[in-house]
Amino acid sequence: MKKLPNAPERKRALLGTALIAVALAVLPLVVAGTLGNTWVRILDYALLYIILALGLNIVVGFAGLLDLGYIAFYAVGAYLYALLASPHFGIHWPAWAILPLGAIVAGFFGVVLGAPTLRLRGDYLAIVTLGFGEIIRIFLNNLNAPVNITNGPKGIALIDPIRIGGHSLSAPLDLFGVTVPGVVLHYYLFVLLAVGIVFVGIRLQDSRIGRAWVAIREDEIAAKACGIDTRNVKLLAFAMGASFGGVAGGLFASFQQFVSPESFGLLESVMVLCMVVLGGMGNIPGVILGGLLLTLLPEAFRYGAGPVQQVLLGRVLLDPESLRMLLFGVALIAVMLYRPAGLWPEARHRRELAEAAAEKKA
Amino acid sequence: MSTDRGLLDVLNLEVNYGGIAAVKGISFIVETGEMVCLIGANGAGKTSTLKALARMLPARGEMRYGGAKLHELPAHALIGKGLALVPEGRGVFARLTVAENLDMGAYHRSDEGITADLGRVFDLLPRLKERRTQLAGTLSGGEQQMLAIGRALMGRPKLLLLDEPSMGLAPLMVQKVFEVIRTVAAQGVTILLVEQNAKLALEVCGRGYVMESGRITLADTAKNLAADPRVRVAYLGE
Repeated sequence: MKKLPNAPERKRALLGTALIAVALAVLPLVVAGTLGNTWVRILDYALLYIILALGLNIVVGFAGLLDLGYIAFYAVGAYLYALLASPHFGIHWPAWAILPLGAIVAGFFGVVLGAPTLRLRGDYLAIVTLGFGEIIRIFLNNLNAPVNITNGPKGIALIDPIRIGGHSLSAPLDLFGVTVPGVVLHYYLFVLLAVGIVFVGIRLQDSRIGRAWVAIREDEIAAKACGIDTRNVKLLAFAMGASFGGVAGGLFASFQQFVSPESFGLLESVMVLCMVVLGGMGNIPGVILGGLLLTLLPEAFRYGAGPVQQVLLGRVLLDPESLRMLLFGVALIAVMLYRPAGLWPEARHRRELAEAAAEKKA
Repeated sequence: MSTDRGLLDVLNLEVNYGGIAAVKGISFIVETGEMVCLIGANGAGKTSTLKALARMLPARGEMRYGGAKLHELPAHALIGKGLALVPEGRGVFARLTVAENLDMGAYHRSDEGITADLGRVFDLLPRLKERRTQLAGTLSGGEQQMLAIGRALMGRPKLLLLDEPSMGLAPLMVQKVFEVIRTVAAQGVTILLVEQNAKLALEVCGRGYVMESGRITLADTAKNLAADPRVRVAYLGE
């Protein structure tokens, strides 16, 4: 039940939005100036992961359907872009045509995955979705013979970058004497799309469909008894989630200008799921936080672990590459122990935990 | 054309789980305004029968409700026709508030009467009004059962299917829940009650059927059933 915002509240909300907008606009310039373009690139990836995590959040967080093969939709979006905008087939469609198509095709694949799994829940659903993710990856790996469609493990290279107004986003742009690097241009595009997807996510959450997803998550039989067509509503969750993944995949392909099956392994699915769970299942700000942290922290460990050891121990004792996965694992365990509902849980989930604790005390 | 006698007519209903027959061809009727119970031991097929009626389980045989063939309706369409299920184990939406749970009961509706019906449910179940902003998962078992009944009432049912409303409740709470059920029946809702607590079920209902390993073995008025020595030995603990 939302109250209508009164004038001062609305003013505060507007001011908050403006501040966030300015911060988002300035961020890449500051990062590029201080940490360098590498970190802007990492930010770009973080945004892609945020889009992915928001998509998975619809399936896992809203509808409560555990999906371990989500990265397959990312792969579908990425390969669709790669096939339709590269010398591989000599097709060069513009991005504005491929990205929406990617959303639709990935959404279709979402339904293809959803339809046979409608009656499954929990562990069983997780295993089937995991299998689905692997099937897509293995297909991509092997569809180079007898007819070469995906170019197999070698992947597809020389993918067209996104062009806006005739300018390629991968080339630096001269703007009033200032050179804006490609990574920063990509950042702005990704931020715009991420904000759009956040908006869609929020509207979905507050909608009739959103309420139906929550009902299914809580109790499927009761949801049916309330008149919810659980089959269609579940399929819609799979399709919506998948279409977000498809868009992210297209962006990924255009940004990297190269795709290969190894980018779409099980670990990636698990990573995106971690972002959702760690951030706070079902809560959009939490999921964004999860996506951001889980992209930035491993990178920070990668770049920081070596020098810190050098200073503390005088030499690099542990390989930063393996150390970062160790630290990452420890961080995950700590969060699940101390904040089981995630770093920034859904308000009602938080309340539930608090009420349960209060009841225990009483 | 209708030869139906009751609001609900069941003829030779069969439910199978894989190869195991849970309901082996039962027939019964529930007439408009009646309160009928289906009693029997654990595993007799009572819940399977109710789930089949609610279209949550595949079943064979004939099920007619108000002249319509239930086989032709999907589960989610039933509430719109006035057939509501209060599922076993209550099935409240734990992470929604009491008020939101009740709203979900009117999910299929878009008419003007929802607010008035909410008022009526709160009148019937004042406890829910006090706790309307509380999450359903934090209610006591009895309150959750009340909420499940209230949610079903929000769909304006003609026929209410109640699955083991006394399950897992303290005796005092069971009494209260049954008072509510009686009140709902008095307001003109037809009720089919599935209960293991045969004593209580036979007290509130007009007629009853006794189920045993998938078959109806006895059918009579509740009064006669409560007096029947077979029922007294098997279900009333004498």
